[in-house]
Amino acid sequence: MGSKPRLMGYRRENGAMGIRNHVIILPLDDLSNAAAEAVAKVIPGTLALPHAFGRLQFGEDLELTFNTLIGTGVNANVAAVVVIGIEPKWTQRVADGIAKTGKPVAAFSIEGKGDLQVIQEASRVAAMFLQDASGLEREAAEMGDMIMSIKCGESDTTSGLGSCPTTSQAVDRWVAAGGTVFFGETSELTGGEHLIADRCIDDACRNLFQLTYDNYIKVIEATGANLLGSQPTQGNIAGGLTTIEEKALGNIAKTGSVPVVGVLKPAEAPDPKKKGLYFMDSSSAAAECVTLMAAGGAVIHLFPTGQGNVIGNPIIPVLKLTANIKTANSMTEHIDLDVSGLLRYEYDLTKAGDMMMDVINQTVNGRLCKAEVMGHREFTFTKLYISA
Amino acid sequence: MAITPPQYLLHHDGDNVAVAMMDMQPGTLHGRSVKEGTESTAVLNHAIPLGHKFALADIAEGEAIIKYGIKVGLASAAIKKGDYIHTHNMRSYRWEASRA
Repeated sequence: MGSKPRLMGYRRENGAMGIRNHVIILPLDDLSNAAAEAVAKVIPGTLALPHAFGRLQFGEDLELTFNTLIGTGVNANVAAVVVIGIEPKWTQRVADGIAKTGKPVAAFSIEGKGDLQVIQEASRVAAMFLQDASGLEREAAEMGDMIMSIKCGESDTTSGLGSCPTTSQAVDRWVAAGGTVFFGETSELTGGEHLIADRCIDDACRNLFQLTYDNYIKVIEATGANLLGSQPTQGNIAGGLTTIEEKALGNIAKTGSVPVVGVLKPAEAPDPKKKGLYFMDSSSAAAECVTLMAAGGAVIHLFPTGQGNVIGNPIIPVLKLTANIKTANSMTEHIDLDVSGLLRYEYDLTKAGDMMMDVINQTVNGRLCKAEVMGHREFTFTKLYISA
Repeated sequence: MAITPPQYLLHHDGDNVAVAMMDMQPGTLHGRSVKEGTESTAVLNHAIPLGHKFALADIAEGEAIIKYGIKVGLASAAIKKGDYIHTHNMRSYRWEASRA
């Protein structure tokens, strides 16, 4: 496998290693999107993360929104955060959650002031944060310092044959080098969930995995719905996938051969001392899943696709690979790696893995992935139930 | 390791379904299994696009469709060797309500 690649990242105050250096303007709720986006216009180079929720949620659903917001701010790809909310209390709660990392955070609330005053005050702080962040330097990084996440989308039968096995190569190498990887897509294990259960490192892990899987599937099955067109999606079906079981085995083909060391709740961060492959309970919808994994601490994402997905994320690079020659040729502006040659037997899986690692290493070191170039910044929350 | 690009792939020897590696017309095709590397030929009865499946054996209604060496669905109609397989003649066995 040649010499060890030279990786460079941003070491954050809490020791976490990032590969991007974003200053984000984080709205607590939908009402604060306008002010957050205005700040990012006043101070170009900062990044607003508008989203649709944050009001009148309660219970577990509210906790997940808080965890998603806090986790996004905590992510090591983020240098500093300006939080803007309509009310001071919840705004401060999110800011305090992020501030535990030691990174610069400021909170602003709109009630009693109005958008214009908040935009002015927040812009002054954002300007300072951006200038300070620009002075940070990359330092030597190891794969063991970083969390990678994986999730496939617009899969077809070529995913299970080419792009997912290639991703598996990267997963095994990342974990062998001491790193951590997240996979998820709970419903998309259906028909192959026993394969994941078998790979759980101990009974506690296996029981938690099975419980998590069963709970998610119960909710879906209780609807009694015909899921054809939703799971598998219309795109999956157009690509030749017929059943959830067939899709699941392709999905699982990307998870490597290493044991599953833990089960995470949506957006939950793993124990930094316990490295390895984690299952995160998550939706199989691309933007929701990547948003949750980034909130859990992933700094880079591998996204195998068949029919061609365009997804990105505001704070983490989403690298897309495909083994479908038609997709590789027709969606070049979205596809970071074409491994269709694998299915033509032009090279073997080890070589495809080498190609994947080259792209990963370049991306870690700052080269933009296609989704970043194309401005794909899908920031999408998972909603558990209706608001109060 | 360059070999003639296979026209179809099956995941494991013993799978009763294969995947077309290009848009295919009916006829005799050459392919191989990914896991074992076994080369084979098979007859395709219908024109199918890249990525779509066809049967490597007769499969009676209600019988298992095997891919990756694992049951991935059931035949919802009788399938003849060489036939195109998709939502019209295959369904999930886990999600009973999910059928075309």
